[in-house]
Amino acid sequence: MTHLGYILIAYGLSAVVIAGLALWIRLDIAAQKRKLAVLENRGPAGRADRARS
Amino acid sequence: MALLTRLANPSVFLGYSGRILPFAAAAAAVCMAVGLYLAFFVAPADYQQGDSVRIMFVHVPSAWLAMFCYSLMAISALGTLVWRHPLADVSARAAAPIGAAFTFLALVTGSVWGKPMWGTWWVWDARLTSVLVLFLMYLGLIALWRAIDEPARAARIAAILILIGFVNIPIIKFSVEWWNTLHQPASVLRLDGPTIHSSILWPLLVMAVAFTLTFLTLHLAAMRAEIYRRRVRAAQLRAASPEYNRASANGPEAEAYS
Repeated sequence: MTHLGYILIAYGLSAVVIAGLALWIRLDIAAQKRKLAVLENRGPAGRADRARS
Repeated sequence: MALLTRLANPSVFLGYSGRILPFAAAAAAVCMAVGLYLAFFVAPADYQQGDSVRIMFVHVPSAWLAMFCYSLMAISALGTLVWRHPLADVSARAAAPIGAAFTFLALVTGSVWGKPMWGTWWVWDARLTSVLVLFLMYLGLIALWRAIDEPARAARIAAILILIGFVNIPIIKFSVEWWNTLHQPASVLRLDGPTIHSSILWPLLVMAVAFTLTFLTLHLAAMRAEIYRRRVRAAQLRAASPEYNRASANGPEAEAYS
């Protein structure tokens, strides 16, 4: 195959960028859900408390 | 239109998107696998470019998505300014990093193709320069959203800038016709039909569909992340301000993304 190095760089970089994006978004969702759970269960202002009252 | 109105409720959007996401991700993965098989095992080497034509199967879809994503952001900006749809800014903000990533891929894969074919990594011709401007616009918008604390104000300013920046999209598209450029003219989306042989055109189209499905999946997931981030902000406001909590436990910002 001609220009193999260039082809590998193009496909390798594309795979890294797309997989990196997917991982970053997945971790972001998990982090936001975790923060939300902590906030909702903290103190009388929490939504969980309002929902119970 | 009724669906758009229903989706104005972020909880409804989270419900729908949560059900759609696994199917969208699976469709993207299957399509990508088929596209890669066609790109490496079915498409022939080009008679002039040799095997480096295979770089086009990632370069062209990335370049299309760079422009598609910005066009989607422009529609979202209209949604923010004209219809004041609650998810419009969420959509634009979630799309920006993904658009920046695909624009980066278009620039780098184009450069990697250019070195063996043109003999240079980069030239300041109209197509390459206008795509670089698009990349910088994505980065600027991401920085703007991060710089302004108040989401509604950031949304309005970003929407105006997105619409102003949209002028760059037709410039990118027609740059190869308006100016003398090293970049070749359009060879797929032409009034007189594609000029590429079907043995290379079909793998390219399958890869374009795979990239588009990947983009839509990532965008849907990023919108979910953004909605959760805004819920966190609203909850932090409630937790930080007892007065706010008493006066407006169900205030517009606190509950907008509930």
